[in-house]
Amino acid sequence: MAKITLSNLRHSYQANPKSGQDFALKQIDLDWDDGGAYALLGPSGCGKTTLLNIISGLLTPTEGQVLFDGCDVTHLPPDKREIAQVFQFPVIYDTMTVYDNLAFPLRNRGMDEATVKQRVTAIADMLELGDALKRRAAGLSPDNKQKISMGRGLVREDVNVIMFDEPLTVIDPHLKWKLRSKLKELHHRVRATMIYVTHDQTEALTFADQVVVMDAGEIVQIGTPVELFERPAHVFVGHFIGSPGMNVLPCEVQGDTVRFEGVEVAIEGPVKAGEGELRLGVRPEYVSLGDGPLRGEVTHVADVGRHNVIDLRIGQSQVRAIAEGAVPPIGQVMAVAFRPDKTRVYRDGHIASQPAEGAT
Amino acid sequence: MKKEYQKAWFFVLPVLLLVAFNALIPMMTVVNYSVQETFGNNLFLWEGLGWFEKILNSERFHAALGRQFLFTGLILAIEVPLGVIIALAMPRKGIWVPVCLVTMALPMLIPWNVVGAMWNIFALPDIGLLGYLMNHVLGIDYNMTQSPFAAWATIIAMDVWHWTSLVVLLAYAGLVSIPDAYYQAARIDGASSWAVFRYIQLPKMKQVLTIAILLRFMDSFNIYTEPFVLTGGGPGNSTTLLSIDLVKIALGQFDLGPAAAMSLIYFAITLFVSWLFYTLMTKDDQN
Repeated sequence: MAKITLSNLRHSYQANPKSGQDFALKQIDLDWDDGGAYALLGPSGCGKTTLLNIISGLLTPTEGQVLFDGCDVTHLPPDKREIAQVFQFPVIYDTMTVYDNLAFPLRNRGMDEATVKQRVTAIADMLELGDALKRRAAGLSPDNKQKISMGRGLVREDVNVIMFDEPLTVIDPHLKWKLRSKLKELHHRVRATMIYVTHDQTEALTFADQVVVMDAGEIVQIGTPVELFERPAHVFVGHFIGSPGMNVLPCEVQGDTVRFEGVEVAIEGPVKAGEGELRLGVRPEYVSLGDGPLRGEVTHVADVGRHNVIDLRIGQSQVRAIAEGAVPPIGQVMAVAFRPDKTRVYRDGHIASQPAEGAT
Repeated sequence: MKKEYQKAWFFVLPVLLLVAFNALIPMMTVVNYSVQETFGNNLFLWEGLGWFEKILNSERFHAALGRQFLFTGLILAIEVPLGVIIALAMPRKGIWVPVCLVTMALPMLIPWNVVGAMWNIFALPDIGLLGYLMNHVLGIDYNMTQSPFAAWATIIAMDVWHWTSLVVLLAYAGLVSIPDAYYQAARIDGASSWAVFRYIQLPKMKQVLTIAILLRFMDSFNIYTEPFVLTGGGPGNSTTLLSIDLVKIALGQFDLGPAAAMSLIYFAITLFVSWLFYTLMTKDDQN
């Protein structure tokens, strides 16, 4: 087990990258603490898998270093790094039994059969595969196959980090939940560092203690699920996490007053000085109807079960609100308010307002 | 059985007719000949199973059958491993992929009798490229019109040249269908290249290799044109494979009865061995 440090990491799939556009990973500096449960969250094509493959050694980064406990492993091959990786599609050795599949990484490292047997039986029990040990792995269901590929990672005692690359993609919805809780349980039992790559926010938020959000080859925010939801550091995080995502609205700032569609709105605190395009961000959960300085016309109502998502037109902007109870008719003009301590200003995408004195 | 869907049988009728005309009816005429003796003038006499008995007990048939199994066995033993090795060595991506594929496919596009003629000229002892090289540069006595060994070496080499590509292309198709994740997982698991071949590549190629072996078995077991053009079955009878012998009996000697009986035995052997191969190779997939 080890602490993993990524330092000044950049990667391009092209031979001679010139501009920033050529890089799949632009600049990554990150520490993964030993024993942590991390999720790497971002849309498809944002560089998550690239980052994962660099940690596992399947890719050598164009620039920068990968350190395990301070040791430079940037150029070490995967089998020397003592890592495990679970892929999107279950990788199993078709012709082998479940037992041989789980024993494969140990036998390749020349471990004696007695130890192999003891480790494999222990891991199989943990994964509830004990009954299937003698069966051919090819005949198993996708969720059990995925358990085997997890097992091949867990079976090694010295494993530094276990990485999951969207492991639940091919699993039936009702088994996803089961396997996810199994993973969480495994993390508590083996205490190995785990990195879970996904584009599904529910998976990320339920699995991880710390979520790393990536977009276009960059890390935009690292935080606990609650932090990401309550105070997105970047409009992308606000938009990507939450359903529906944060409202990102045009605004004007003069000194300490912030105006949206010509109406002054209160925000969490003072705005840092600087140049750039300003945006107002407020989650639909914190937009209230029935009272307030703004006037919005209801354009669309979607009943999503526990509550209604209401689209409003305020001036030229579309604002979404989450409301419970009676559904307003389409076309009705309502008073709208933003909750001040949850309303923030972003400059060029990054958060620019600061929490007021005394607030946490 | 339900009555209302019975009309559907009419849709099968065209296929039935087609199969009847191109397979069943010609085969029935062969069956017809195999149980009769003829002296020309459309005069036929009932012979029963006599021809079958005669063929099955004939030294000449045993020898030809032996040569046929030797030929098929040798070319399978060379072409399958060689094809897999070449497929493994071929690039998986980049501009060389189409170059390799087209080059590989070229021999298969050449008509069979042309292949025979090409190799015939190629192997001529004094003026052929191969013959000249062997006799005058390497100093090996090589004359396929006189030495049975040289004749065998040449027909084997010709078949390997002509048909290894088929195994290569099928094996290659099997290889490229393996997702990268398998290789990545194997690297993480610390697998050696042999283990990668044994536990990932070979199992994934199994299906296409089954097809390749079956196709090569059937084709080589029925081979006629190439050895006929190349050696004509000689020197002596040393390269007289089953189909060459069959044509000699049927058209050379015009013994229609024995030739028909031999065709049916030949067909039965091909069918049986193909079935055996297929059953053995797919046995594991049942569970």
